[in-house]
Amino acid sequence: MSDGATADAGTVLLQATGLTRRFGGLAAVNAVSIELRRGEVHAVIGTNGAGKSTLVNMLSGELAPSDGTIRLAGTDITKWSQPKRARAGIGRSYQRTNIFNEFSVFENARLSAQAAHQRVWALWQGARTCNRSGPVADAAIEAVGLGRHAAGPAGNLSHGGKRQLEIAMCLATRPQVLLLDEPLAGMGAEETERMLGLLDALKADHAVLLVEHDMDAVFRIADRITVMVNGEVIATDVPEQIRVDPAVRVAYLGEDD
Amino acid sequence: MAETRAPTRVLPIASGVPPAIAGGGSAGPRATDAAASPSGGPSLGATLVPIVGLALLAVVPFVAGEYLQDLVVKIVILAIFALSLELLAGTTGLVSLGHAAFLGIGAYTAVLAAPKTGAGSVVVLLLLSMASAAVYALFVGALSLRTRGVYFIMVTLAFAQMAYFIFHDTKIGGGSDGIYLNVKPVVDGLLDLKDRNAFYGFALGALAATYGLLAVLLRSRFGHALAGIRVNEQRMRAAGFRTYGYKLAAFVLAGALAGLAGFLIAVRDGFVNPEMLAWQESGTVLLMLILGGLGHLRGAVLGAIVFTLLKELYASEGLVGPLLAGHWQLTLGLTIIAFVATMPKGLIGLPAQLRRKPRAVEIADDE
Repeated sequence: MSDGATADAGTVLLQATGLTRRFGGLAAVNAVSIELRRGEVHAVIGTNGAGKSTLVNMLSGELAPSDGTIRLAGTDITKWSQPKRARAGIGRSYQRTNIFNEFSVFENARLSAQAAHQRVWALWQGARTCNRSGPVADAAIEAVGLGRHAAGPAGNLSHGGKRQLEIAMCLATRPQVLLLDEPLAGMGAEETERMLGLLDALKADHAVLLVEHDMDAVFRIADRITVMVNGEVIATDVPEQIRVDPAVRVAYLGEDD
Repeated sequence: MAETRAPTRVLPIASGVPPAIAGGGSAGPRATDAAASPSGGPSLGATLVPIVGLALLAVVPFVAGEYLQDLVVKIVILAIFALSLELLAGTTGLVSLGHAAFLGIGAYTAVLAAPKTGAGSVVVLLLLSMASAAVYALFVGALSLRTRGVYFIMVTLAFAQMAYFIFHDTKIGGGSDGIYLNVKPVVDGLLDLKDRNAFYGFALGALAATYGLLAVLLRSRFGHALAGIRVNEQRMRAAGFRTYGYKLAAFVLAGALAGLAGFLIAVRDGFVNPEMLAWQESGTVLLMLILGGLGHLRGAVLGAIVFTLLKELYASEGLVGPLLAGHWQLTLGLTIIAFVATMPKGLIGLPAQLRRKPRAVEIADDE
């Protein structure tokens, strides 16, 4: 975790500049700039209401920014719809579990994978036996450790299982950029370890944005941390610097001296 | 962070290598994908029931009288109509209360496009009926699909009423009196729909084709995407599906199939009037779906059968007496209320419902 590693980090995949979202008079996110690099886990931390989810929603395309630009590998995608961004390689997971409860675990992941291979006119081809989305879904389910449950209904999974499926569905779209909104929320210790191992492995080829409240996990896995307070970024740095940053300690860690 | 940690099993996804999931407790058990994709696994019942049913219907003209044959034709056409709405309401989750507009437009097109003298071509008129219904569906869908939930219901209703009043208040189709089809269409040398048995066979074929098309569609990627939109549209968008286009395609296809049913009604009766487009018709077909069980093709057909038979039963003086027969809407309505109250999943869900709770009547079991 030296400065050298930071310099070595890969190319900037997703770059937001001056991103702002106003709801009425309130700026939920105010002039936030952030860069996600391939090979890095970039954590965004902050108290509830700091604007983290709003930021993710703008990056994923669910919410149009009031101001600012978003670039994916240099291309301005600010005006792109969410589906278009997803197909271009921005995958996201949701803070509140957001799956297809009544489908099987496999079908949840397969349907997500199908987005890259929609072929709607090929009506004679069965979706269940689709040889493009099927293997991708299998691999995604295996990667998060849900292999045993693939055939069962997603709605019957435990809370932790649903969180894992949430990640599997994101992976099944084969994104380059992963926007993970509190992926560890509600996970047990074992599941958390597994997820952190997965993130560590994924970051070799992906740019990962991690919104997370589990500070131990954040400081273990993040290569860079952005701290948000009241919709604004008060610090962006490597974890060691964030840990000792006086502004962060006052504003976020609740210390004043 | 400098050392490269050996990424383990994640690699297939991370690097795009074809994921030949190597061992390691992998199961990939999607053959037994028992859980609940609405298109359902091709269970024996799902395949056999329609085929056996069709075979039984095919012998009706040889064994049954005219009354029964007419009744079956009525059911067959309504089943096509119900199936077309099932694609929207049951599969995609789009509850439209204006579906009769497409039925009526299909029927009016069959009459208006027919030559004034001599017989029109079945192929031409059928395609025109379906196409005109599809075009109106494209227009209605393009606008109404920007709304959701109860607003969608209201907008589809409004567009249907608009079509109703166009036929009702203008001279395009004879106004409120309706318009006659002078000569029924033919396929030269092969088929004359004037012939009772020929029409019967044609209608049955149309039902089989509709059912077959929808069954194939539901198991395709397109059908699975529609089901995904019904269950969680937000997630579908997050995965990369332009859901609006999918919904519009389903809407147009449903409109075209309703146009097919309309064509059949026009040819059967040799007459159409604006009441075909009235909102009561849209409500009736929705009731059939609910009665039979939303989310199943068989449910749509079953709903059309049961609804038609109940209506026939309650309206026949010989069976229920002149007093009740005069108020068949009342008895039919009460029956439907009873059905819906006791069978939340419709008739098609009854076997499963009985299996789950053998006798105890549970209160507030519905979510």
